[in-house]
Amino acid sequence: MYYDVIIAGFGGQGVLLIGDLLSLTAMEEGYHVSFLPSYGVEMRGGTANCTVVISSEEIGSPVVSSPHAVIVMNLPSLKKFEPMIKPGGLLILNTSLIPEKEVKRSDVERIPIPLNALAEKLGNTRLANMIALGALLEKTKVVSFRSVEASIKEALAQKYHHLIPANLEAIKKGAEFLRNSK
Amino acid sequence: MLKKVFIKGNEAIARAAVDAGCRYYFGYPITPQSDIPEYLSKVLPKLGGEFIQAESEIASINMLMGASAAGARSMTSSSGPGISLKQEGLSYMAGSELPGVVVNVARCGPGLGGIAPSQAEYFQATKGGGHGDYRLIVLAPESGQEMYDLTFKAFDLADKYRNPAMILADGMLGQMKEPVLLQPPRKMDLPDKDWVLSGAKGRPQNIIKSLYLGDKELERHTWQLWEKYQRMKKEDVMFEAREIKDARLIIAAFGSCARIAKSTLRQARAEGLKVGLIRPITLFPFPEEIFRQASIDTKMFLTIEMNTGQMVEDVRLSVSPGTVVYFYGRPPGAGSLPSPDEILREIKKVYEPSSE
Repeated sequence: MYYDVIIAGFGGQGVLLIGDLLSLTAMEEGYHVSFLPSYGVEMRGGTANCTVVISSEEIGSPVVSSPHAVIVMNLPSLKKFEPMIKPGGLLILNTSLIPEKEVKRSDVERIPIPLNALAEKLGNTRLANMIALGALLEKTKVVSFRSVEASIKEALAQKYHHLIPANLEAIKKGAEFLRNSK
Repeated sequence: MLKKVFIKGNEAIARAAVDAGCRYYFGYPITPQSDIPEYLSKVLPKLGGEFIQAESEIASINMLMGASAAGARSMTSSSGPGISLKQEGLSYMAGSELPGVVVNVARCGPGLGGIAPSQAEYFQATKGGGHGDYRLIVLAPESGQEMYDLTFKAFDLADKYRNPAMILADGMLGQMKEPVLLQPPRKMDLPDKDWVLSGAKGRPQNIIKSLYLGDKELERHTWQLWEKYQRMKKEDVMFEAREIKDARLIIAAFGSCARIAKSTLRQARAEGLKVGLIRPITLFPFPEEIFRQASIDTKMFLTIEMNTGQMVEDVRLSVSPGTVVYFYGRPPGAGSLPSPDEILREIKKVYEPSSE
């Protein structure tokens, strides 16, 4: 098994958090994993992003030039990462902030989700990242929801532990959205 | 059962230092290594140790010198310009034969440069940096696990040779999270530290110095240091070699570049290209012998670095006559991490199928 994904958005959208959660969960499932975040100047203003590689074999490069999947939470991220997706790969995009007409590639599978709108319905726009993760998990089954449930405590700082149920609910919501839109 | 944790490379270094018995840390914050002092500032005081955020990098290397002279395992860390500031102290430590561990989570230069991953400090780390005829022990990790294992090892090597040891990493290795098994490697059998300044009551006085004014005294001292460096070359060279037996071309790379090239290696082999990899783990002592041996049969080498060509000089000095050593470099800066595909393209530019 080998899977890699780039997750991108602007600082504060929680793209590093879902990358971290996905990686940690994959490690707990017994996979090799690397989580390479952008750091420093990119944190403010521009895009924050991370590259997650999950593999049943030892991981070579944590740097990926043509990922299997890309999750983009805002328009600058789409511009930057859409061209890189492997042909036939997956593009999950946040249509609350990205007009779908901006998508150029026709050789990738497109999953448009109004992440912010759905998160608002759940009562907290900051859950948009978890909805995206839910969609990725539903689509790829790269790790199981049950494993995420088990590892989320370690990925979230103690002071956010009271939000775990809401986060898990958001992940379910993302998966459900995908199932219903088929 | 030993615990596998999912942590940043920087934290792996800090944890290894604690597990290796380091109780004293002196430093000054700088991206991308500040997670190291952050971790140690929380942990060392609880263990009866001392964490000092010094007024400068120069102060912190001199504090390291003092702690080391008193016999304590101690560490400092920095990046780019901060490491430049520490060079005078490193020269004094090497001259005074004081152990100690210095971590360089390298960023780009020259000058302020940038904070992206860089390998532009190969020369500075391996060829001096400070004044005088000395060498550092330089270890180049490629993963979170090696950030842990090699930091542990650096303390042992520094004590074994009474010489400062450097971990040369970069922002990719420092900021990346990977699973790390916190298993301390077996500690070396080390000689007693009978040279430390611990109060001379009841024993002859110990003197630690790097000033030798007597006739031929400094020359003798410098040859003694040289002998130590020769011993490092005999006893403590580390490298990794992959698929070099039948290779037509061998990639030479260290640290992040080697890690990225491992994916290239897999791709190349899948396409039927006979490509191998030699990854120096000790940059000093440099693994000269494996390059000499491997180049008896393989006449084509490609050195890959995140700079304009530094380690390539040592590769060229090490290979057998008649070997061609190509170079591909990406000078460091935002967006300049090479990708596996890119390295494969470079291989194909020089790789020609064998006529056999």
